[in-house]
Amino acid sequence: MTDKTTGTEGAVRTDTPADGDRPLVELRAAGKSYGNIRALHGVDLTVHPGKVTCVLGDNGAGKSTLIKIISGLHQHTEGEFLVDGEPVRFSTPREALDKGIATVYQDLAVVPLMPVWRNFFLGSEMTKGPWPLRRLDIERMKKTADEELRNMGIVLDDLEQPIGTLSGGQRQCVAIARAVYFGARVLILDEPTAALGVKQSGVVLKYIAMARDRGLGVIFITHNPHHAYMVGDQFNVLRLGTLELSADRSQVGLEELTNHMAGGAELAALKHELAQVRGVDTEGLPESGDLRAPTAATPEGKS
Amino acid sequence: MSMAQQAEPAATTPPAPGPEKQKDGRTARRPLALRLLARPEVGVFLGAVAVLVFFLFAAPPVRDGSSMANILYQSSTIGIMALPVALLMIGGEFDLSAGVAVVTSALTASMLSYQLTLNVWMGVIVALVVSLAVGFFNGWMLVKTGLPSFLVTLGTFLILQGVNLAVTKLVTGNVATDSIADMDGFDQAKALFASSFEVGGVQVKITVIWWLVFAALATWVLLRTKYGNWIFAVGGNKESARAVGVPVTFTKISLFMLVGLGAWFVGMHNLFSFNTVQSGEGVGQELIYIAAAVIGGCLLTGGYGSAIGPVFGAFMFGMVQQGIVYAGWNPDWFKAFLGVMLLGAVLINLWVQRTATRR
Repeated sequence: MTDKTTGTEGAVRTDTPADGDRPLVELRAAGKSYGNIRALHGVDLTVHPGKVTCVLGDNGAGKSTLIKIISGLHQHTEGEFLVDGEPVRFSTPREALDKGIATVYQDLAVVPLMPVWRNFFLGSEMTKGPWPLRRLDIERMKKTADEELRNMGIVLDDLEQPIGTLSGGQRQCVAIARAVYFGARVLILDEPTAALGVKQSGVVLKYIAMARDRGLGVIFITHNPHHAYMVGDQFNVLRLGTLELSADRSQVGLEELTNHMAGGAELAALKHELAQVRGVDTEGLPESGDLRAPTAATPEGKS
Repeated sequence: MSMAQQAEPAATTPPAPGPEKQKDGRTARRPLALRLLARPEVGVFLGAVAVLVFFLFAAPPVRDGSSMANILYQSSTIGIMALPVALLMIGGEFDLSAGVAVVTSALTASMLSYQLTLNVWMGVIVALVVSLAVGFFNGWMLVKTGLPSFLVTLGTFLILQGVNLAVTKLVTGNVATDSIADMDGFDQAKALFASSFEVGGVQVKITVIWWLVFAALATWVLLRTKYGNWIFAVGGNKESARAVGVPVTFTKISLFMLVGLGAWFVGMHNLFSFNTVQSGEGVGQELIYIAAAVIGGCLLTGGYGSAIGPVFGAFMFGMVQQGIVYAGWNPDWFKAFLGVMLLGAVLINLWVQRTATRR
């Protein structure tokens, strides 16, 4: 129900593309070690304005580590991390936010017991009045939150209700609307559809497309290749901390993506061995030769 | 902080032109009574009224104006500390050292002024610094080590308890400090911390006024300022708060320092109303403060509560404490009464919230 062409209503802003085709965010051979555990190694990634960069991978593949580096929760220990072509190293999420990199976390970074509007502005509250009497501009915040949510097509009757009482999809959309409002140029979405039903996932995918059409660079982290393929322009598959695949939409099909996601390359290599074991059906597995997509150069390979 | 004005909207999209406010129609507005009951302070307000009415009937002397002034005074000494303790609890932590910190503060001011023959204001200021430092230490340890506040503040509690006794004995050779009533500045300080004034023929202690002023201030801060928003956020979900740019470390440490500020104020009150300080006092008071905050509707796990609730919570404590005396009962029953009240209040709060916030 949701494909690339839907969900553009309300996206009036045509962002001036960055000079040339410079990526907003770029990782060059970046990696991260926790003590002697190498969680991420040699990852190249680019995010362009108005494009959706998908990061796929199974549990423990390093997806979370990757976004934590970009969002400023952790620092990379090898390689380079560039924003607008300049090398950076964030020590707090605040610094990433100031550069326009906003993250919508899996747990959504909302405080369940707080009202919707307080959550919307949390950490960037609007205030009025001189210092000793400086106070929250509640009227303006409520009005703005309501407008922004309506722009994203989310209609809530009561912004005073605790955000914990909203459905998962609604909360996700509030979090996305918040990130878009606060000047995000790069939006990182950490498995936004993981806990959602089919219909709600569709709604979230629509907002991803809307954010993209507003000129944002989107990093979409998921382990669902079908969702990724609906909105993605660029696909990166992580496996055991390294890039297994890095391909443009034109270079890779959904089926191939799914195979890579499922560890298809390894399975294909094992196909002949598996074929000798009775009871294992290898008919459906692709031959190694079918997986022609450009595999990222992994100098030292996986551990 | 410098993060105030960067809320520049990224999108210049005009709001959807439709003047008719669509409703999604799924969130039926709950009736007013239920919405009121969902407020954290309403349950305790009803409880306080119930206790008041009970003692008005059970103990006729309570109906007298001066008795009521006395009850309010008792409540205020608990209530002034219950406020920062409640804010801290909303911020997700609690402080077991709050009771003995009061005595530490009073001892510092008293001994420093007496032993060095200084103006008492010097002692008062040094005591403030010491109290804030204790609060800072608690908060800093908590943030740096990631230990639960129970352990960190239990440590501080034991340390302060020991230091109070040992240092007092070392300095004065006694378990209490010497009277500072005839020292420079005493009368001024007493006027600020421990005087009383007359309203309609009834002597009212000034702490009652301070209590209500602080409560109003705390309510304003909690509901109307950025800092108040942060308190709810760090107590409700610390990780989320940090991820959206709330200065979690600053908020936690400053909350502990606020408890230090409260301990200083109550300590000064005790010093200037009794002239001397007993070094072994204060133990057990921290639980009274915590109980007042919990009865006042603050969630022990943080993220929910109010500053007005603990005012009624402290009033219930003062009411029962004095009411038992006025009713002519054995005051030994006080603690038992408190325990029943605490459990009752918590159960009522739980039930009220479940009923009122049920979807």
